[in-house]
Amino acid sequence: MFEKFLSFVNTLGRFVIGFFRASGDLILFTAQILLYVFKAPFYINETIRMSIEIGFYSLPVVALTTIFSGMVIAIQTYEAVSKFSAEGAVSMVVLVAVTRELAPVMAALMVAGRIGAAMAAEIGTMRVTEQIDALSTLRTNPVQYLIVPRVVAGTLMMPLLVLIGDAIGVCGGYLVGVTKMDFNATTYLINTWNTLKAMDIVSGMTKAAVFGFIITVLGCYHGFKSQGGAQGVGQATTNAVVSSSILILIFNYLLTELFFKM
Amino acid sequence: MKEKKVRISLSHVAKAFGKKQVLKDVSLDVHEGESVVIIGGSGTGKSVTLKCLLGLITPDRGSISMTTDNIGMLFQGAALFDSLSVWENVSFVMLQKKHADRDAAKKLAIQKLAQVGLPAEVADAYPADLSGGMKKRVGLARAIATNPEIIFFDEPTTGLDPIMSDVINDLIVDCVKKLGATALTITHDMNSARKIADRIAMLYNGEIIWVGTVAELDKTTNPYVRQFVAGSAKGPIKMEVKAE
Repeated sequence: MFEKFLSFVNTLGRFVIGFFRASGDLILFTAQILLYVFKAPFYINETIRMSIEIGFYSLPVVALTTIFSGMVIAIQTYEAVSKFSAEGAVSMVVLVAVTRELAPVMAALMVAGRIGAAMAAEIGTMRVTEQIDALSTLRTNPVQYLIVPRVVAGTLMMPLLVLIGDAIGVCGGYLVGVTKMDFNATTYLINTWNTLKAMDIVSGMTKAAVFGFIITVLGCYHGFKSQGGAQGVGQATTNAVVSSSILILIFNYLLTELFFKM
Repeated sequence: MKEKKVRISLSHVAKAFGKKQVLKDVSLDVHEGESVVIIGGSGTGKSVTLKCLLGLITPDRGSISMTTDNIGMLFQGAALFDSLSVWENVSFVMLQKKHADRDAAKKLAIQKLAQVGLPAEVADAYPADLSGGMKKRVGLARAIATNPEIIFFDEPTTGLDPIMSDVINDLIVDCVKKLGATALTITHDMNSARKIADRIAMLYNGEIIWVGTVAELDKTTNPYVRQFVAGSAKGPIKMEVKAE
């Protein structure tokens, strides 16, 4: 019995030490990135290339996600508010839900799956094939060359993606409202416009920037630290997507608390 | 005769990973213009020694000094950047400079590729399109692109057929001589070691146990070196066949 207890304490101890070691490692890695963001040389071409990859090529998946989210919210809201003859609230709920929550969170989860995984796999492969070591021997700092452009691009592009996602999501609600619920198109748009507050857009875009930072830092971190060949790269990819998805949801709550404290 | 300047110096270098002491006490000097090859079996610490020299791993004890930071390195798997073309790989350092002249960089890359026996047409190809031997040659072209004073070679002939291995060995000797560079190679390929080495050092159990010229290699009475050179399973070197 005592031996079992000791074994449990041993396992728990290992887990706690492992958790704090990994957290400390991640914090140091992030600090290193933040330091190099402001330190020359700046790899502008790499940053532009990554911005196109993250911003432009993620547009279709973000557009699809937000348009259907907007449509679903419109239907569900209509179902709920029609019982109280408050159908006019549909446009308002769609706008608030899309700009504050759905567009940033759904876009971030999609980008985590698309970009976070790709970054972990690419950098992880570079690690196990010694390409990152090769960079060091070619007088190039791997963090400055590989990581900083990705993190800068992710942090800058996500708010733009979400801004476009906001517009597309609201359009999704509009389409359902006008075609399925027989709302007057002009009235719907006027209601939407009158409900719109700068804070809704700003909070969503701020969340997006934080999510972009989380996705790219974790994607790069897991790739950079990967070991052991193909299996290690696969594990890094999974860890990148899972950890960034969890952190996105946690930070979404924290930022919502911060912006809309009751 | 005047003693040549020491270019690379390892002094009592030790490195452990967890409980495993990989390097116990490695000391070795490599002189200007000299080509030294470190031989040794798998797991004896050759790669760790090289990584310590490159600054990729920090040793626990001891000191390492090099007289220059203008170095070149040929990796075991060539380690070419997949996303860049062959010429961009070769001229990588030049392209990272502010306002880099891409035409001049490409010209330099083609010249370096010619030096390792590759035609200009290869310049626009991507690493994925190349065979193992061609990748090694491109890796060599990249290693010599900055006219380095010190070049490191990590298992330069591993994974190549005997003829291509000989071609790579010849190229290494040729490039090192033309540049007047100091070279340090790690390998377990004795044919390669004999061809490219001025001096050979044997690493065993985390220590340099023997250093000598190629001629001395064949006359040595050191049982570890004799067993390794003969490639015999019988002798003082015991292979670990079960996990620790």
